[in-house]
Amino acid sequence: MEVEIHVIHYLIISTVMMFCGIYGFFTRKNLLALLISVELILNATNINFAVFNRYLFPGQLEGHFFSLFGIAIAAAETAVAIAIIINVYRNIKQVLTDDITDLKG
Amino acid sequence: MGITLQEIVFYVVAAAIIICSVLAVTTGKIVRAATYLLFVLFGTGAIYGILGYTFLGAVQLMVYAGGIVVLYIFSILLTKSDKDMKYKIGKAKLISVLLTTLVGAALVLFLLFTNGFALNMIPQGTELPVREIGLALIGTGKYQYVLPFEVVGILLLACMIGGILIARKDKREEEK
Repeated sequence: MEVEIHVIHYLIISTVMMFCGIYGFFTRKNLLALLISVELILNATNINFAVFNRYLFPGQLEGHFFSLFGIAIAAAETAVAIAIIINVYRNIKQVLTDDITDLKG
Repeated sequence: MGITLQEIVFYVVAAAIIICSVLAVTTGKIVRAATYLLFVLFGTGAIYGILGYTFLGAVQLMVYAGGIVVLYIFSILLTKSDKDMKYKIGKAKLISVLLTTLVGAALVLFLLFTNGFALNMIPQGTELPVREIGLALIGTGKYQYVLPFEVVGILLLACMIGGILIARKDKREEEK
């Protein structure tokens, strides 16, 4: 008994997820919503790593571990980014990208 | 041969992921966006399970659904950012973004369909044993990952210290 799901179907899911993330990254102005879009992009790449590992090189584990470390790094990135956003909000009471202009020369 | 249970589960999860990820970037309320993101993360965990990487799926559920989404919800509520979601996007910008996204997606899908992946079958119901993962994580040989494991530990420590340093209250500010 074997799985009949073609590898393309997984890749279609991750493509749709990736470009949803890119769309959100371009259109959102709230910093937290931008971060949510980044999470979508990271998840799409993680799915791709796991799927290519499982279907094309089933005897090895590189893609699996790349996904595992990717998840850990995404968690670290989110924690630091949220700390920065909360600090920005504490200083200027805004989380919109249009209002954060203090670093402009 | 009819449709197997595995296929039904896969297509339901796939539809849920696609719908929720579209909604997560188009909805007007940020708490809803975080909730749709949570469902996308659940679906991703389910996909890892279908692939046989049950440990990866469990890690996905614990780290993302259990940790990151809670962090998002807390920070959304702390920054009162729900009212900041109502803004107009210019028509020219919307058109260019849609064009970029759709052309990019069409290009990637075209490349996927013309690449001609071999129809490799994977055995159903065989999951990657945790013993193998653990041995690979602490081994020093070829295809073993003790160095990245330790480096990720250092990275998480650094990120924890950095997060505390950035987000704590400034003492001079309090004295004023």
